[in-house]
Amino acid sequence: MAQKPLDLPAAGASSLPLAGKVAPPLGPGQPSSFGFDVLTTKLDWLVQWAQKNSLWPMPFGTACCAIEFMSSVSSHYDLSRFGAEVVRFSPRQADLMIVAGTVTDKQAPILRKIYDQMPEPKWVISMGVCACTGGFYRAYHVVQGIDEIVPVDVYVAGCPPTPENLIHGFMMLQRMIQSGELARHRESKTFVPIRVGPEPADAVPAYSQSPMAHVSGEHDLPEMAETAETDAKPGGGRT
Amino acid sequence: MSAVAASPALSFAPVLERRFGGKVAVETRPAADVPTISVDRSVWHDVALFLRDDPSTKYDLFLDLASVDTSRLPAAQAPRDGNRFQAHVILYSTSRNAHLRARVTAPERDATLPSVTDVWPAANWFEREAWDLMGIVFTGHPNLNRLLTHNGFVGHALRKDYEAAQRWLCTEEDLLQTQLAAKADVPEDLFETMTLNMGPSHNATHGTLRVVVKLDGERIIAAEGECGYLHRCFEKMSETHTWVQVVPYTDRLNYCSPMINGFGYARAVEQLVGVTAPPRAQAVRTILSEFNRIMDHMVCIGTNLVDLGGLTPFWYAYQSREEIYGLLEACCGARLTSSYARIGGLSDDVPANFVEWSRSLFPKIEQNIADVDRLVTKNRIAQDRLRGTGVASRDMAIAHGFTGPCGRASGLAYDVRKDAPYDFYGEVDFDVPVSNDGDNYARYLIRMEEMRQSLRIVDQVLKKLPGGPVSTDDFRVALPPKEMVYNEMEALIYHFKVVFEGAKVPPGEIYSCVEGANGELGYTLVSDGSGFPYRIKVRPPCFPLFAAFEKIAVGGLVSDAIATLGMLNVIAGELDR
Repeated sequence: MAQKPLDLPAAGASSLPLAGKVAPPLGPGQPSSFGFDVLTTKLDWLVQWAQKNSLWPMPFGTACCAIEFMSSVSSHYDLSRFGAEVVRFSPRQADLMIVAGTVTDKQAPILRKIYDQMPEPKWVISMGVCACTGGFYRAYHVVQGIDEIVPVDVYVAGCPPTPENLIHGFMMLQRMIQSGELARHRESKTFVPIRVGPEPADAVPAYSQSPMAHVSGEHDLPEMAETAETDAKPGGGRT
Repeated sequence: MSAVAASPALSFAPVLERRFGGKVAVETRPAADVPTISVDRSVWHDVALFLRDDPSTKYDLFLDLASVDTSRLPAAQAPRDGNRFQAHVILYSTSRNAHLRARVTAPERDATLPSVTDVWPAANWFEREAWDLMGIVFTGHPNLNRLLTHNGFVGHALRKDYEAAQRWLCTEEDLLQTQLAAKADVPEDLFETMTLNMGPSHNATHGTLRVVVKLDGERIIAAEGECGYLHRCFEKMSETHTWVQVVPYTDRLNYCSPMINGFGYARAVEQLVGVTAPPRAQAVRTILSEFNRIMDHMVCIGTNLVDLGGLTPFWYAYQSREEIYGLLEACCGARLTSSYARIGGLSDDVPANFVEWSRSLFPKIEQNIADVDRLVTKNRIAQDRLRGTGVASRDMAIAHGFTGPCGRASGLAYDVRKDAPYDFYGEVDFDVPVSNDGDNYARYLIRMEEMRQSLRIVDQVLKKLPGGPVSTDDFRVALPPKEMVYNEMEALIYHFKVVFEGAKVPPGEIYSCVEGANGELGYTLVSDGSGFPYRIKVRPPCFPLFAAFEKIAVGGLVSDAIATLGMLNVIAGELDR
């Protein structure tokens, strides 16, 4: 069937956008002067739209939150409805890192390394209070929030967050990607030493008192005798 | 009901006395606690051999080593004789079904103990942990390096003079320096070997486990496991909280079956205080423990099959977990980290339609089990991958401290629910599946059968679910009901004291165990009467399993190691605490 030719304006006609005095607004969905069969948009908008709808998550699952992440991706909640279907365990194939669970001091260098291995552009969701702030583990071996190490785009609260909560955080990230908003601290942060000291006795404590000292009355306890064995390490210790 | 099988006076006490003179003493302990001997450290290694080999003792299973820093215990509990450190070694005899605690002390100025790694191989990692966190040196230990913390760590975190929040920088250089070179027995002509690192962020290690293997082709000739990547200081944190505040921390030990941990902890504290939970609370604990066991096994099987390349069974397996979550949420308001246990009972009564709701889950779970069964059990690929891989013989399982499904898959017919029944387990009829194969397929079959048995248990308990309160009326440890608080002065005082000071637990110590999803989940509690736990040591069932992994994996293919790691079901939260 012969198709009716498009009603294109002749070249150089005054209806072309640049020819007029006031250019008509460009943007997604604006009807072009080429008629309704052609959609004009900004390249950025198109790329962002594609990016937000095809995020490839890399679950950096360490603890309980990883179980709830499993809930989010499995049949009942099904994160794939939001385009994040392809869970990749290789950082080189992913652009969204979901840090699900407590990150310890021992794990911290690995977290940073994996983040560095992800190609740009990349985003980070911090899932659960442990990843956000250390949670109720205010302890000698727990990173007090992963933003000590990597930039975070969305914090999802909860211990662990419900799948609905994670999906909400995910949709927030999608909006941020679409609007072009980036995390404030996008540039690489170097891994700052938390505390380095020669001896426990001389080291500056991370907190002036232990988290529950006001309740436990810990300061009322008798002073400890000095220990001589602290340095007696047969191996493995860095002295 | 006592924590472990009520054992009579130690029959071998005279022999001990005769052989070791005054160096070994039998302690008098309350009935709820396990029988205890205190051993002088100079004869500890000989006593260990005697305890393992003598026909009258036969303590062949090394369960736990809890190190205690006694420097801030009241003088009545720990004499001020300079012996600052104690090691509580928990042993179990598989032939006599009896527990034993051996207490060995070490002075502050010379904190050394003889290692018993050559007597019980399972002691290896427990001793490393005690060195790492408490600074007790075990002489004769083959590899006394830090285990849970990193090499940049200074000091020993569980000592009482260590600040709970004191952190130390860890850089990549501080991570594992392997001992593989010493382990691999590489022949001269075999030059093409390769070292492969798996983890701690690896798609086939669920959670943060790390294994370094040395390969000849695809065959593993040496392996070394490392843990501690999720060491979030449960034991130190519990010392800065009240007894009740520890309950939320226990949920995060084995987060695949959170409620079992909380119930086990509550039970241990109850035994120390001397209260019992009302029958209804015990029945609900039994039901929910079994539902949690199903959840745990389903995740174990499902994720392991994902690693083996079968994504489909995971969707079926995980669906029952979602169904059970609904019930747990109705009971306590949380899906995963429930905090449902309280000392002396439960935080709240179950919903009115609890029985019907539980029953409505039966057909769904049965259907899911049947689906997984149909997809996997006779599947050729699954059989090829699981049969004959990751074999642990019975002797090996005992030597390395296996319990739970993995122990039963190796022919070790030990189940705390059967051998020392607690809660409602003594009143229900169920079978404990045991296999002699010891391979991954046996572990899979045992878990499948255990889920069916769990449904049997739930069914029977639901039939006789008692009424009444779900919390004890001993208001020293449990909150009184609100009506009493509003109307009675005494109840108001109790309420105030429990909320503000926490439950007061009398001075003492106890070892108490339940059957976790992975095996015997034990708690060693030490109380100084202050309202805060003095020391809590968890016996994580998968700690010895992962320690034995480096033995099991050797000789197999690297792809089989993945299957083995999944079927051992190592949960990092419980492994590292």
